[in-house]
Amino acid sequence: MGLELYLDLLSQPCRAVYIFAKKNGIPFELRIVDLIKGQHLSDAFAQVNPLKKVPALKDGDFTLTESVAILLYLTRKYKVPDYWYPQDLQARARVDEYLAWQHTTLRRSCLRALWHKVMFPVFLGEPVSPQTLAATLAELDVNLQLLEDKFLQNKAFLTGPHISLADLVAITELMHPVGAGCQVFESRPKLATWRQRVEAAVGEDLFREAHEVILKAKDFPPADPTIKQKLMPWVLAMIR
Amino acid sequence: MLSILYQPVEWPPPPPAGALPVFANQECRLVGRRAMKLGPEHCREGHRPWRAQRCPPTTHHAGFFPGQHLSDAFAQVNPLKKVPALKDGDFTLTESVAILLYLTRKYKVPDYWYPQDLQARARVDEYLAWQHTTLRRSCLRALWHKVMFPVFLGEPVSPQTLAATLAELDVNLQLLEDKFLQNKAFLTGPHISLADLVAITELMHPVGAGCQVFESRPKLATWRQRVEAAVGEDLFREAHEVILKAKDFPPADPTIKQKLMPWVLAMIRFSLLLVMYAVPKEKQHCQGHSLACAELHMKLETRDWGKMER
Repeated sequence: MGLELYLDLLSQPCRAVYIFAKKNGIPFELRIVDLIKGQHLSDAFAQVNPLKKVPALKDGDFTLTESVAILLYLTRKYKVPDYWYPQDLQARARVDEYLAWQHTTLRRSCLRALWHKVMFPVFLGEPVSPQTLAATLAELDVNLQLLEDKFLQNKAFLTGPHISLADLVAITELMHPVGAGCQVFESRPKLATWRQRVEAAVGEDLFREAHEVILKAKDFPPADPTIKQKLMPWVLAMIR
Repeated sequence: MLSILYQPVEWPPPPPAGALPVFANQECRLVGRRAMKLGPEHCREGHRPWRAQRCPPTTHHAGFFPGQHLSDAFAQVNPLKKVPALKDGDFTLTESVAILLYLTRKYKVPDYWYPQDLQARARVDEYLAWQHTTLRRSCLRALWHKVMFPVFLGEPVSPQTLAATLAELDVNLQLLEDKFLQNKAFLTGPHISLADLVAITELMHPVGAGCQVFESRPKLATWRQRVEAAVGEDLFREAHEVILKAKDFPPADPTIKQKLMPWVLAMIRFSLLLVMYAVPKEKQHCQGHSLACAELHMKLETRDWGKMER
Protein backbone atom coordinates (compact mmCIF):
# COMPACT_ATOMS: atom_id res chain seq x y z
CA MET A 1 0.00 0.00 0.00
CA GLY A 2 1.45 3.38 -0.99
CA LEU A 3 0.91 6.77 0.53
CA GLU A 4 -2.64 7.45 1.69
CA LEU A 5 -4.02 10.90 2.46
CA TYR A 6 -7.20 11.12 4.49
CA LEU A 7 -8.78 14.41 3.51
CA ASP A 8 -11.94 16.43 3.22
CA LEU A 9 -11.54 19.47 1.01
CA LEU A 10 -14.03 21.28 3.19
CA SER A 11 -11.14 21.63 5.66
CA GLN A 12 -8.51 24.32 5.14
CA PRO A 13 -5.48 22.25 6.18
CA CYS A 14 -6.66 19.40 3.94
CA ARG A 15 -6.71 21.74 0.95
CA ALA A 16 -3.12 22.77 1.57
CA VAL A 17 -1.98 19.14 1.75
CA TYR A 18 -4.00 18.20 -1.35
CA ILE A 19 -2.64 21.05 -3.46
CA PHE A 20 0.92 20.40 -2.30
CA ALA A 21 0.82 16.70 -3.11
CA LYS A 22 -0.82 17.22 -6.49
CA LYS A 23 1.37 20.13 -7.50
CA ASN A 24 4.51 18.15 -6.74
CA GLY A 25 3.31 15.02 -8.47
CA ILE A 26 3.40 12.99 -5.26
CA PRO A 27 1.54 9.73 -5.84
CA PHE A 28 -1.11 9.08 -3.23
CA GLU A 29 -4.42 7.39 -2.65
CA LEU A 30 -7.07 9.88 -1.71
CA ARG A 31 -9.27 8.72 1.14
CA ILE A 32 -12.22 11.07 1.52
CA VAL A 33 -13.41 11.54 5.08
CA ASP A 34 -16.70 13.40 4.84
CA LEU A 35 -16.81 15.79 7.77
CA ILE A 36 -20.38 16.94 7.44
CA LYS A 37 -21.51 13.35 7.46
CA GLY A 38 -19.48 12.80 10.60
CA GLN A 39 -17.23 10.19 9.03
CA HIS A 40 -14.26 11.50 10.98
CA LEU A 41 -16.06 10.53 14.17
CA SER A 42 -16.40 6.89 13.14
CA ASP A 43 -14.59 3.99 14.78
CA ALA A 44 -13.11 3.10 11.40
CA PHE A 45 -11.40 6.45 11.08
CA ALA A 46 -10.32 6.38 14.72
CA GLN A 47 -8.14 3.43 13.72
CA VAL A 48 -6.31 5.79 11.40
CA ASN A 49 -6.31 8.82 13.70
CA PRO A 50 -7.49 8.43 17.29
CA LEU A 51 -7.76 12.23 17.46
CA LYS A 52 -10.49 11.95 14.79
CA LYS A 53 -9.14 14.83 12.74
CA VAL A 54 -8.17 15.43 9.17
CA PRO A 55 -5.80 15.64 7.42
CA ALA A 56 -4.06 12.38 8.25
CA LEU A 57 -1.31 10.60 6.36
CA LYS A 58 -0.55 6.89 6.25
CA ASP A 59 2.70 5.78 4.71
CA GLY A 60 2.84 2.04 5.23
CA ASP A 61 2.77 1.60 9.01
CA PHE A 62 3.58 5.21 9.66
CA THR A 63 0.64 7.47 10.48
CA LEU A 64 1.00 11.23 10.82
CA THR A 65 -1.39 13.99 11.77
CA GLU A 66 -1.18 17.83 11.79
CA SER A 67 -1.08 19.49 8.37
CA VAL A 68 2.17 21.36 9.01
CA ALA A 69 3.92 18.13 9.99
CA ILE A 70 2.46 16.37 6.95
CA LEU A 71 3.57 19.13 4.59
CA LEU A 72 7.10 19.02 6.02
CA TYR A 73 7.19 15.21 5.77
CA LEU A 74 6.15 15.31 2.12
CA THR A 75 8.64 18.12 1.45
CA ARG A 76 11.52 16.05 2.77
CA LYS A 77 10.52 12.63 1.50
CA TYR A 78 9.73 13.69 -2.06
CA LYS A 79 12.48 16.26 -2.48
CA VAL A 80 10.27 18.98 -3.82
CA PRO A 81 11.66 22.23 -5.29
CA ASP A 82 13.64 24.24 -2.75
CA TYR A 83 11.38 27.28 -2.72
CA TRP A 84 8.62 25.46 -0.83
CA TYR A 85 10.85 25.20 2.27
CA PRO A 86 14.17 26.83 1.41
CA GLN A 87 17.48 25.45 2.59
CA ASP A 88 18.64 28.96 3.33
CA LEU A 89 18.62 29.37 7.12
CA GLN A 90 16.84 32.70 7.31
CA ALA A 91 14.40 32.03 4.49
CA ARG A 92 13.42 28.77 6.14
CA ALA A 93 13.03 30.50 9.48
CA ARG A 94 10.55 32.90 7.91
CA VAL A 95 8.43 29.98 6.71
CA ASP A 96 8.62 28.38 10.17
CA GLU A 97 7.62 31.68 11.71
CA TYR A 98 4.49 31.93 9.60
CA LEU A 99 3.54 28.29 10.07
CA ALA A 100 3.79 28.72 13.85
CA TRP A 101 1.99 32.07 14.01
CA GLN A 102 -1.02 31.09 11.96
CA HIS A 103 -2.33 28.31 14.24
CA THR A 104 -3.87 30.60 16.83
CA THR A 105 -4.50 33.63 14.64
CA LEU A 106 -5.52 33.44 11.00
CA ARG A 107 -6.62 29.82 11.13
CA ARG A 108 -8.81 30.47 14.11
CA SER A 109 -10.41 33.57 12.56
CA CYS A 110 -11.04 31.92 9.21
CA LEU A 111 -12.60 28.86 10.80
CA ARG A 112 -14.88 30.94 13.01
CA ALA A 113 -15.85 33.23 10.14
CA LEU A 114 -17.12 30.28 8.13
CA TRP A 115 -18.97 28.68 11.01
CA HIS A 116 -20.51 31.84 12.42
CA LYS A 117 -21.52 33.26 9.08
CA VAL A 118 -22.71 30.17 7.27
CA MET A 119 -22.35 26.79 8.89
CA PHE A 120 -24.20 27.46 12.13
CA PRO A 121 -27.16 29.33 10.65
CA VAL A 122 -27.47 27.52 7.32
CA PHE A 123 -26.17 24.02 7.85
CA LEU A 124 -26.93 23.51 11.52
CA GLY A 125 -29.95 25.80 11.70
CA GLU A 126 -28.62 27.61 14.76
CA PRO A 127 -28.77 31.40 14.71
CA VAL A 128 -25.68 33.39 15.60
CA SER A 129 -26.14 36.80 17.18
CA PRO A 130 -25.05 39.83 15.16
CA GLN A 131 -22.74 40.72 18.03
CA THR A 132 -20.96 37.39 17.86
CA LEU A 133 -20.61 37.54 14.09
CA ALA A 134 -19.35 41.11 14.24
CA ALA A 135 -16.70 40.19 16.82
CA THR A 136 -15.55 37.25 14.72
CA LEU A 137 -15.30 39.33 11.56
CA ALA A 138 -13.46 42.05 13.47
CA GLU A 139 -10.93 39.48 14.69
CA LEU A 140 -10.54 38.24 11.12
CA ASP A 141 -9.90 41.78 10.02
CA VAL A 142 -7.14 42.22 12.58
CA ASN A 143 -5.44 39.04 11.43
CA LEU A 144 -5.75 39.97 7.75
CA GLN A 145 -4.07 43.25 8.57
CA LEU A 146 -1.26 41.41 10.36
CA LEU A 147 -0.90 39.11 7.37
CA GLU A 148 -0.39 42.16 5.16
CA ASP A 149 1.73 44.26 7.49
CA LYS A 150 3.87 41.72 9.28
CA PHE A 151 4.26 38.98 6.68
CA LEU A 152 3.49 40.05 3.12
CA GLN A 153 4.62 43.68 3.33
CA ASN A 154 5.96 44.59 -0.11
CA LYS A 155 7.12 41.16 -1.13
CA ALA A 156 5.71 39.01 -3.90
CA PHE A 157 5.01 36.17 -1.48
CA LEU A 158 4.74 35.93 2.28
CA THR A 159 8.33 35.02 2.99
CA GLY A 160 10.19 36.25 -0.08
CA PRO A 161 10.19 36.39 -3.86
CA HIS A 162 8.94 32.82 -4.30
CA ILE A 163 5.93 30.85 -3.18
CA SER A 164 6.48 28.68 -0.11
CA LEU A 165 4.53 26.45 2.29
CA ALA A 166 3.54 29.65 4.11
CA ASP A 167 1.61 30.98 1.11
CA LEU A 168 -0.11 27.66 0.54
CA VAL A 169 -1.23 27.39 4.14
CA ALA A 170 -2.38 31.02 4.16
CA ILE A 171 -4.32 31.00 0.92
CA THR A 172 -6.23 27.86 1.79
CA GLU A 173 -7.20 29.46 5.11
CA LEU A 174 -8.46 32.62 3.42
CA MET A 175 -10.70 30.65 1.10
CA HIS A 176 -12.74 29.69 4.16
CA PRO A 177 -14.20 33.16 4.74
CA VAL A 178 -14.37 33.63 0.96
CA GLY A 179 -16.55 30.52 0.85
CA ALA A 180 -18.65 32.09 3.57
CA GLY A 181 -19.20 35.18 1.43
CA CYS A 182 -16.80 37.48 3.29
CA GLN A 183 -15.14 40.26 1.31
CA VAL A 184 -11.60 39.22 2.09
CA PHE A 185 -9.82 40.48 -1.00
CA GLU A 186 -12.12 43.14 -2.38
CA SER A 187 -10.97 45.83 0.02
CA ARG A 188 -7.39 44.62 0.22
CA PRO A 189 -5.68 45.09 -3.15
CA LYS A 190 -2.30 43.96 -1.82
CA LEU A 191 -3.72 40.64 -0.70
CA ALA A 192 -5.71 40.36 -3.93
CA THR A 193 -2.63 40.59 -6.11
CA TRP A 194 -0.78 38.21 -3.80
CA ARG A 195 -3.64 35.76 -4.23
CA GLN A 196 -3.35 35.98 -8.00
CA ARG A 197 0.35 35.22 -7.80
CA VAL A 198 -0.26 32.24 -5.54
CA GLU A 199 -2.98 30.87 -7.79
CA ALA A 200 -0.75 31.27 -10.83
CA ALA A 201 2.15 29.54 -9.05
CA VAL A 202 -0.06 26.65 -7.89
CA GLY A 203 -1.90 26.38 -11.19
CA GLU A 204 -5.40 27.73 -11.63
CA ASP A 205 -7.02 24.40 -12.45
CA LEU A 206 -5.60 22.74 -9.35
CA PHE A 207 -6.54 25.74 -7.22
CA ARG A 208 -10.10 25.69 -8.51
CA GLU A 209 -10.41 21.95 -8.01
CA ALA A 210 -9.18 22.15 -4.43
CA HIS A 211 -11.68 24.89 -3.59
CA GLU A 212 -14.77 23.57 -5.30
CA VAL A 213 -16.26 22.28 -2.06
CA ILE A 214 -15.65 25.32 0.13
CA LEU A 215 -17.01 27.66 -2.51
CA LYS A 216 -20.31 25.80 -2.28
CA ALA A 217 -20.46 25.92 1.52
CA LYS A 218 -23.33 28.42 1.44
CA ASP A 219 -25.40 25.92 -0.50
CA PHE A 220 -25.13 22.94 1.82
CA PRO A 221 -28.61 21.70 2.64
CA PRO A 222 -29.51 21.82 6.33
CA ALA A 223 -28.26 18.87 8.35
CA ASP A 224 -30.81 16.39 9.53
CA PRO A 225 -31.29 16.20 13.33
CA THR A 226 -29.29 12.98 13.76
CA ILE A 227 -26.29 14.39 11.97
CA LYS A 228 -26.62 17.65 13.83
CA GLN A 229 -26.60 15.91 17.19
CA LYS A 230 -23.61 13.86 16.17
CA LEU A 231 -21.61 16.82 14.95
CA MET A 232 -22.35 19.37 17.65
CA PRO A 233 -19.77 18.43 20.29
CA TRP A 234 -17.10 18.26 17.62
CA VAL A 235 -18.06 21.63 16.16
CA LEU A 236 -18.08 23.31 19.55
CA ALA A 237 -14.68 21.92 20.46
CA MET A 238 -13.26 22.85 17.08
CA ILE A 239 -14.24 26.49 17.03
CA ARG A 240 -13.86 27.06 20.77
CA MET B 1 25.90 38.81 17.24
CA LEU B 2 22.99 36.76 18.48
CA SER B 3 20.70 38.17 21.11
CA ILE B 4 17.90 36.25 22.60
CA LEU B 5 15.47 38.81 23.80
CA TYR B 6 13.77 37.49 26.77
CA GLN B 7 15.48 40.11 28.84
CA PRO B 8 14.90 43.84 28.98
CA VAL B 9 16.65 45.70 26.21
CA GLU B 10 18.56 47.79 28.69
CA TRP B 11 20.49 45.72 31.14
CA PRO B 12 20.41 45.90 34.01
CA PRO B 13 17.01 47.52 33.78
CA PRO B 14 16.25 50.39 36.08
CA PRO B 15 13.26 49.14 37.99
CA PRO B 16 10.35 51.55 37.69
CA ALA B 17 8.95 52.65 40.99
CA GLY B 18 6.64 50.06 42.40
CA ALA B 19 7.33 47.62 39.57
CA LEU B 20 8.00 43.99 40.03
CA PRO B 21 9.62 41.48 37.73
CA VAL B 22 7.13 39.73 35.51
CA PHE B 23 7.64 36.05 35.05
CA ALA B 24 9.17 34.98 31.80
CA ASN B 25 6.49 33.24 29.83
CA GLN B 26 6.57 29.59 28.85
CA GLU B 27 8.12 30.17 25.48
CA CYS B 28 10.84 32.37 26.88
CA ARG B 29 11.83 29.68 29.34
CA LEU B 30 12.37 27.16 26.67
CA VAL B 31 14.19 29.48 24.30
CA GLY B 32 16.27 30.83 27.16
CA ARG B 33 17.13 27.37 28.29
CA ARG B 34 18.23 26.33 24.82
CA ALA B 35 20.33 29.44 24.42
CA MET B 36 21.96 28.91 27.77
CA LYS B 37 22.80 25.33 26.93
CA LEU B 38 24.66 26.76 23.96
CA GLY B 39 26.79 28.74 26.33
CA PRO B 40 27.14 32.37 27.34
CA GLU B 41 29.36 33.21 24.38
CA HIS B 42 26.24 33.09 22.23
CA CYS B 43 24.67 35.99 24.01
CA ARG B 44 25.70 39.53 23.44
CA GLU B 45 27.79 41.39 25.93
CA GLY B 46 25.39 43.17 28.19
CA HIS B 47 22.77 40.51 27.71
CA ARG B 48 24.44 37.79 29.65
CA PRO B 49 22.52 34.81 30.81
CA TRP B 50 21.11 35.29 34.24
CA ARG B 51 23.61 33.25 36.14
CA ALA B 52 26.52 35.33 34.85
CA GLN B 53 25.07 38.40 36.44
CA ARG B 54 25.35 39.33 40.03
CA CYS B 55 22.06 41.06 40.45
CA PRO B 56 19.65 41.22 43.27
CA PRO B 57 16.94 38.57 42.95
CA THR B 58 14.24 40.94 41.78
CA THR B 59 16.14 41.95 38.67
CA HIS B 60 17.93 38.70 38.17
CA HIS B 61 15.19 36.92 36.41
CA ALA B 62 14.52 37.06 32.74
CA GLY B 63 11.42 38.83 31.67
CA PHE B 64 10.09 42.24 31.28
CA PHE B 65 8.84 44.58 33.86
CA PRO B 66 5.10 44.78 33.59
CA GLY B 67 4.08 46.09 30.22
CA GLN B 68 7.60 46.50 28.91
CA HIS B 69 6.76 44.27 25.98
CA LEU B 70 4.11 46.83 25.09
CA SER B 71 6.65 49.65 24.88
CA ASP B 72 7.72 51.47 21.73
CA ALA B 73 11.29 50.37 22.34
CA PHE B 74 10.39 46.74 22.20
CA ALA B 75 8.07 47.29 19.24
CA GLN B 76 11.20 48.18 17.29
CA VAL B 77 12.34 44.64 17.89
CA ASN B 78 9.02 42.90 17.50
CA PRO B 79 6.07 44.90 16.16
CA LEU B 80 3.81 42.11 17.41
CA LYS B 81 4.97 43.03 20.94
CA LYS B 82 5.45 39.45 21.98
CA VAL B 83 8.26 37.46 23.50
CA PRO B 84 10.41 35.56 22.78
CA ALA B 85 12.12 37.41 19.98
CA LEU B 86 15.52 36.76 18.46
CA LYS B 87 17.87 39.22 16.84
CA ASP B 88 20.84 37.92 14.91
CA GLY B 89 22.52 40.95 13.40
CA ASP B 90 19.85 42.44 11.16
CA PHE B 91 17.69 39.36 11.25
CA THR B 92 14.78 39.38 13.68
CA LEU B 93 12.67 36.31 14.31
CA THR B 94 9.57 35.66 16.41
CA GLU B 95 7.61 32.54 17.37
CA SER B 96 9.34 30.18 19.77
CA VAL B 97 9.08 27.14 17.48
CA ALA B 98 10.71 29.05 14.64
CA ILE B 99 13.41 30.34 17.00
CA LEU B 100 14.15 26.87 18.31
CA LEU B 101 14.45 25.47 14.80
CA TYR B 102 16.70 28.36 13.77
CA LEU B 103 19.02 27.76 16.73
CA THR B 104 18.97 24.04 16.06
CA ARG B 105 20.14 24.49 12.50
CA LYS B 106 22.54 27.36 12.98
CA TYR B 107 24.38 25.90 15.94
CA LYS B 108 24.33 22.28 14.81
CA VAL B 109 23.05 20.95 18.10
CA PRO B 110 22.97 17.19 18.87
CA ASP B 111 20.75 15.27 16.49
CA TYR B 112 18.26 14.07 19.10
CA TRP B 113 16.78 17.53 19.53
CA TYR B 114 15.39 17.47 15.97
CA PRO B 115 16.42 14.15 14.43
CA GLN B 116 17.49 13.82 10.82
CA ASP B 117 15.48 10.63 10.52
CA LEU B 118 12.40 11.42 8.45
CA GLN B 119 9.81 9.78 10.67
CA ALA B 120 11.39 10.79 13.96
CA ARG B 121 11.51 14.39 12.80
CA ALA B 122 7.90 14.19 11.66
CA ARG B 123 6.89 13.15 15.18
CA VAL B 124 8.56 16.25 16.60
CA ASP B 125 6.87 18.44 13.97
CA GLU B 126 3.56 16.81 14.81
CA TYR B 127 3.84 17.66 18.49
CA LEU B 128 5.08 21.20 17.85
CA ALA B 129 2.08 21.81 15.59
CA TRP B 130 -0.50 20.16 17.86
CA GLN B 131 0.42 21.96 21.04
CA HIS B 132 -0.32 25.53 19.87
CA THR B 133 -4.08 25.27 20.21
CA THR B 134 -4.25 22.59 22.87
CA LEU B 135 -1.76 22.24 25.70
CA ARG B 136 -0.36 25.74 25.38
CA ARG B 137 -3.82 27.25 25.49
CA SER B 138 -4.87 25.20 28.52
CA CYS B 139 -1.69 25.89 30.46
CA LEU B 140 -1.88 29.61 29.82
CA ARG B 141 -5.52 29.81 30.86
CA ALA B 142 -4.92 27.67 33.95
CA LEU B 143 -2.30 30.12 35.20
CA TRP B 144 -4.34 33.20 34.45
CA HIS B 145 -7.67 31.93 35.73
CA LYS B 146 -6.26 30.35 38.88
CA VAL B 147 -3.68 32.91 39.92
CA MET B 148 -2.98 35.88 37.73
CA PHE B 149 -6.49 37.26 37.42
CA PRO B 150 -7.50 36.93 41.07
CA VAL B 151 -4.14 37.53 42.74
CA PHE B 152 -2.16 39.78 40.43
CA LEU B 153 -4.92 41.66 38.70
CA GLY B 154 -7.45 41.50 41.51
CA GLU B 155 -10.22 40.28 39.23
CA PRO B 156 -12.25 37.36 40.54
CA VAL B 157 -12.82 34.36 38.34
CA SER B 158 -15.97 32.32 38.88
CA PRO B 159 -15.54 28.76 40.13
CA GLN B 160 -17.37 27.64 37.00
CA THR B 161 -14.86 29.29 34.67
CA LEU B 162 -11.91 27.93 36.61
CA ALA B 163 -13.41 24.45 36.70
CA ALA B 164 -13.97 24.45 32.95
CA THR B 165 -10.42 25.65 32.30
CA LEU B 166 -8.97 22.97 34.55
CA ALA B 167 -11.16 20.35 32.88
CA GLU B 168 -9.82 21.40 29.49
CA LEU B 169 -6.28 21.15 30.87
CA ASP B 170 -7.08 17.67 32.09
CA VAL B 171 -8.23 16.60 28.64
CA ASN B 172 -5.04 17.87 27.06
CA LEU B 173 -2.84 16.24 29.70
CA GLN B 174 -4.57 12.95 28.92
CA LEU B 175 -3.92 13.44 25.22
CA LEU B 176 -0.28 14.20 26.00
CA GLU B 177 -0.03 10.87 27.80
CA ASP B 178 -2.12 8.74 25.48
CA LYS B 179 -1.34 10.14 22.06
CA PHE B 180 2.23 11.34 22.46
CA LEU B 181 4.08 9.87 25.42
CA GLN B 182 2.41 6.45 25.52
CA ASN B 183 5.04 3.99 26.78
CA LYS B 184 8.07 5.81 25.48
CA ALA B 185 10.79 7.46 27.52
CA PHE B 186 10.20 10.78 25.79
CA LEU B 187 7.38 12.22 23.74
CA THR B 188 8.68 11.22 20.35
CA GLY B 189 11.05 8.36 21.11
CA PRO B 190 13.87 7.14 23.33
CA HIS B 191 15.61 10.52 23.47
CA ILE B 192 14.67 14.02 24.51
CA SER B 193 13.69 16.34 21.67
CA LEU B 194 12.31 19.83 21.09
CA ALA B 195 8.87 18.36 21.73
CA ASP B 196 9.72 17.47 25.34
CA LEU B 197 11.26 20.86 25.97
CA VAL B 198 8.23 22.71 24.64
CA ALA B 199 5.85 20.46 26.59
CA ILE B 200 7.63 20.61 29.93
CA THR B 201 7.89 24.39 29.92
CA GLU B 202 4.16 24.59 29.20
CA LEU B 203 3.31 22.29 32.07
CA MET B 204 5.27 24.37 34.53
CA HIS B 205 2.71 27.12 34.03
CA PRO B 206 -0.13 25.30 35.81
CA VAL B 207 2.41 23.91 38.29
CA GLY B 208 3.34 27.48 39.10
CA ALA B 209 -0.35 28.17 39.55
CA GLY B 210 -0.59 25.39 42.11
CA CYS B 211 -2.30 22.80 39.90
CA GLN B 212 -1.61 19.13 40.63
CA VAL B 213 -0.34 18.33 37.18
CA PHE B 214 2.03 15.49 38.01
CA GLU B 215 0.79 14.19 41.35
CA SER B 216 -2.02 12.16 39.89
CA ARG B 217 -0.19 11.25 36.71
CA PRO B 218 2.75 8.97 37.51
CA LYS B 219 3.59 8.45 33.85
CA LEU B 220 3.97 12.18 33.27
CA ALA B 221 5.82 12.53 36.57
CA THR B 222 8.52 10.05 35.59
CA TRP B 223 8.71 11.63 32.15
CA ARG B 224 9.26 14.98 33.82
CA GLN B 225 12.13 13.55 35.86
CA ARG B 226 13.75 12.22 32.73
CA VAL B 227 13.39 15.56 30.98
CA GLU B 228 14.82 17.44 33.94
CA ALA B 229 17.76 15.07 34.12
CA ALA B 230 18.40 15.40 30.39
CA VAL B 231 18.21 19.20 30.52
CA GLY B 232 20.17 19.46 33.74
CA GLU B 233 18.48 20.10 37.04
CA ASP B 234 20.23 23.38 37.78
CA LEU B 235 19.28 24.85 34.44
CA PHE B 236 15.73 23.58 34.79
CA ARG B 237 15.38 25.08 38.23
CA GLU B 238 16.82 28.38 37.12
CA ALA B 239 14.49 28.63 34.13
CA HIS B 240 11.48 28.00 36.34
CA GLU B 241 12.37 30.09 39.35
CA VAL B 242 10.08 32.93 38.33
CA ILE B 243 7.00 30.92 37.35
CA LEU B 244 7.17 28.93 40.57
CA LYS B 245 6.73 32.17 42.46
CA ALA B 246 3.76 33.33 40.40
CA LYS B 247 1.40 32.78 43.32
CA ASP B 248 3.41 35.23 45.40
CA PHE B 249 3.34 38.18 43.08
CA PRO B 250 1.93 41.19 44.90
CA PRO B 251 -1.15 42.74 43.32
CA ALA B 252 -0.49 45.01 40.37
CA ASP B 253 -0.89 48.69 40.95
CA PRO B 254 -3.73 50.33 39.01
CA THR B 255 -1.52 51.92 36.35
CA ILE B 256 0.12 48.65 35.49
CA LYS B 257 -3.21 46.87 35.53
CA GLN B 258 -4.67 49.38 33.10
CA LYS B 259 -1.70 48.99 30.80
CA LEU B 260 -1.78 45.22 30.78
CA MET B 261 -5.48 44.48 30.57
CA PRO B 262 -6.01 44.74 26.80
CA TRP B 263 -2.98 42.55 26.22
CA VAL B 264 -4.11 39.97 28.76
CA LEU B 265 -7.59 39.80 27.32
CA ALA B 266 -6.27 39.37 23.78
CA MET B 267 -3.83 36.72 24.94
CA ILE B 268 -6.37 34.69 26.88
CA ARG B 269 -8.95 35.53 24.25
CA PHE B 270 -12.16 35.42 26.14
CA SER B 271 -14.73 34.90 23.55
CA LEU B 272 -17.85 36.94 23.24
CA LEU B 273 -19.24 34.01 21.39
CA LEU B 274 -21.94 32.29 23.32
CA VAL B 275 -21.93 28.97 21.63
CA MET B 276 -24.50 26.84 23.21
CA TYR B 277 -25.88 24.31 20.88
CA ALA B 278 -25.39 20.74 21.82
CA VAL B 279 -26.88 17.84 23.59
CA PRO B 280 -27.97 19.04 27.00
CA LYS B 281 -24.91 18.02 28.99
CA GLU B 282 -22.38 19.61 26.63
CA LYS B 283 -24.72 22.52 26.09
CA GLN B 284 -24.80 23.32 29.73
CA HIS B 285 -21.07 22.93 30.07
CA CYS B 286 -20.25 25.04 27.06
CA GLN B 287 -22.94 27.52 27.81
CA GLY B 288 -21.80 27.94 31.35
CA HIS B 289 -18.16 28.23 30.48
CA SER B 290 -18.69 30.54 27.56
CA LEU B 291 -21.14 32.67 29.47
CA ALA B 292 -18.83 32.97 32.43
CA CYS B 293 -15.91 33.87 30.20
CA ALA B 294 -17.95 36.28 28.18
CA GLU B 295 -19.32 37.94 31.29
CA LEU B 296 -15.86 38.35 32.73
CA HIS B 297 -14.61 39.70 29.43
CA MET B 298 -17.44 42.18 29.08
CA LYS B 299 -17.06 43.31 32.64
CA LEU B 300 -13.36 43.90 32.10
CA GLU B 301 -13.77 45.53 28.71
CA THR B 302 -16.38 48.00 29.87
CA ARG B 303 -14.59 49.06 32.99
CA ASP B 304 -13.26 52.55 32.90
CA TRP B 305 -9.62 51.86 33.52
CA GLY B 306 -8.96 55.52 34.09
CA LYS B 307 -10.96 55.49 37.29
CA MET B 308 -9.75 52.54 39.27
CA GLU B 309 -11.37 51.67 42.52
CA ARG B 310 -8.95 51.84 45.37
